[in-house]
Amino acid sequence: MKKDIILAGVGGQGILTIAATIGTAALLEGLQLKQAEVHGMSQRGGDVQSHLRLSSKEIASDLIPEGKADLVISVEPMEALRYVNMLNKKSGWMISSMNPFNNISNYPDLELILNEIWKLPHYITIDANKVAKEQGSVKAANIVILGAASPFLGLKYESLEKAVRNIFASKGEDMIKLNLKALRAGLQYTEKNT
Amino acid sequence: MKKLLLLGDEAIAQGAIDAGISGVYAYPGTPSTEITEYIQASKEAKDKHIKSQWSANEKTAMETAIGMSYAGKKALVCMKHVGLNVAADAFINSSITGANGGLVVLSADDPSMHSSQNEQDSRFYGKFAMIPIMEPTNQQEAYDMTRYAFELSEKFGVPVLLRVTTRLAHSRSGVVRKEEVAQNEMRLPSDLRQFVLLPSIARKQYNTLLSKQIAFEEDAEKSGYNTFIKGKDKSLGIIACGLAYNYLIENYEDAKVPYPVLKICQYPAPRNLVKKLYNMVDEVLVLEEGYPILEELIKGYLDNGKKVKGRLDGTIPRAGELNPNIVAKALHLPVAEGFDISEILKGRPPLLCDGCSHWDSFNALNEALAPYSSGRVLSDIGCYTLSALPPLQSINSCVDMGASITMAIGAAEAGLIPAVAAIGDSTFTHSGITGLLDAVNHKAPITVLIVDNSTTGMTGGQESSAYGKVEDIVKGVGVEENHIREIKPLKRFHEENVKVFQEELEYDGVSVIIARRECIQTLARKMKEKARLKREQKEANAK
Repeated sequence: MKKDIILAGVGGQGILTIAATIGTAALLEGLQLKQAEVHGMSQRGGDVQSHLRLSSKEIASDLIPEGKADLVISVEPMEALRYVNMLNKKSGWMISSMNPFNNISNYPDLELILNEIWKLPHYITIDANKVAKEQGSVKAANIVILGAASPFLGLKYESLEKAVRNIFASKGEDMIKLNLKALRAGLQYTEKNT
Repeated sequence: MKKLLLLGDEAIAQGAIDAGISGVYAYPGTPSTEITEYIQASKEAKDKHIKSQWSANEKTAMETAIGMSYAGKKALVCMKHVGLNVAADAFINSSITGANGGLVVLSADDPSMHSSQNEQDSRFYGKFAMIPIMEPTNQQEAYDMTRYAFELSEKFGVPVLLRVTTRLAHSRSGVVRKEEVAQNEMRLPSDLRQFVLLPSIARKQYNTLLSKQIAFEEDAEKSGYNTFIKGKDKSLGIIACGLAYNYLIENYEDAKVPYPVLKICQYPAPRNLVKKLYNMVDEVLVLEEGYPILEELIKGYLDNGKKVKGRLDGTIPRAGELNPNIVAKALHLPVAEGFDISEILKGRPPLLCDGCSHWDSFNALNEALAPYSSGRVLSDIGCYTLSALPPLQSINSCVDMGASITMAIGAAEAGLIPAVAAIGDSTFTHSGITGLLDAVNHKAPITVLIVDNSTTGMTGGQESSAYGKVEDIVKGVGVEENHIREIKPLKRFHEENVKVFQEELEYDGVSVIIARRECIQTLARKMKEKARLKREQKEANAK
């Protein structure tokens, strides 16, 4: 088993929560992992990414080679475009939120961005804010996206659920329930749209 | 033992705890900050009474660590690469005094300048100080080598440099801990003049250091951290240093490289192993994350030996960090390509947070400076450096920690009046105080804006040494009290604040304007923590 995943978003959008959840699930399944994060300056509203590598064998590089990512998971549509060069052209999947985070003056037209994503051979685009709101809170949008990506991770869904319980343990039972629902809603969206 | 999922930085921290340190000394700096933060948060470290409070700057951190080593205990000192410039005086001389208790200096380099103003390679400093250097390739090695660095330091009686780069510092992987080593008892050096670098003693000590060089090299041959890996194809030999080794083996199925490979993680470079490789191959490729230090050494100034490829001949780009594809190209391996990046994609540079006090401080400053010609604001290193970018475009320099005030003096003395220095509270106590003393002594016509958000913001909100002390320091340095002004950087005080700036810009002497409002990130964190405690209390009561 080997999965190379790029996580993308804007500083402060919670991609590290997604990374930590996948990482925890991978450990539960006894996999090896490496996860390169961005800390420091670019965290302040700039573009951020994380390279997450899972494998049943030892992993060499902390960085995923260009053109070899199995998955790009983006919590922001324009940020999704930033990493299409990382995707495996034949088999790579793009999982992206459709909700723009507009903190720059020259943000492109959303429709143009989505059209670019829709040109890719394999993609899921999801209105994660709407789905999260339906589950109780827009705060869970990142876990909705994780849910949408869950069939492509090569991990058991139960492991992801356990990981969500772990990660949100300190935030109280309500947050755990909300995020488990969000995870499920994301999964259902993908099942309906593939 | 159970595997821990740790950042490279955290692996170093855990390694240091398990190696029996009694103190970690540091100033926050990306990508080194998480080491000290991990020790500060560690219950184990607390139980062991390991000292871990932030220092005012890297030099004071380095000196405090030397003091702990003098007293016989083990100390770790951490900084980012440019921090080693600040600590350099103490660092270089610590190789002459030698170490008593184990002394390990961690310097985290930032090739490609993700969060830095240059990409200097700390291995140069290690060579300059003539001490052993360890350079781990992965998180487990970061843990193991931190422990080994302490062993080496005590074995040879010298400080040891531990060098990592951003990708290892900020990448997470599994780490297995080993048996803990006890802390040292206090024990002063047997020669109580060992640390007295009077010329007569320093000359002796320096000779001692020189005489240890052979032993350092021998250890690098034998420690097992430099490994020779056989390969059938002798048309090329590869020397891969630290992280570069990962990118090399990433390109081959099951890490089976057809060429002989020398993996180097400990310096001084193991001469016999290098010779062995050099003699058996037609050409040499040197892969280093950082400057071409080893490449230059092996190639030689006259370059009259075998062909040595690397950053100097263009096989590898001269600047920036390595990655698997750069290494693949250097080896003429096929390189995978993803999809083309769309032209509609826009850059998204980092920004000051919404609601940050710096917006209000610099908006007021911009307005007060509007009547003057542009280019008058000398600034410093922190979140507020982002005010150089649109829309604020307020500042005109960012050179090194503390340079705002001193550069403003120089610019004013060249005729740029008014000149403004903009500096954060933490940077002010890091390296600004002495500059302000210069300004007072020079009677320089400058206006110093101290943007006091009561934290070290850029690195994630660490405690600021300046907290609660800024006015007293400014007064103590000798700034006239009626030219020390405090403003509240909020939109609703904008007009008043502009007026304060205008008045002080016109003053022919040193004024200090303190713009104080807490960082909204640390404020939000505190409120969250409060809410969490409240919720837990409620849940406990319900039970």
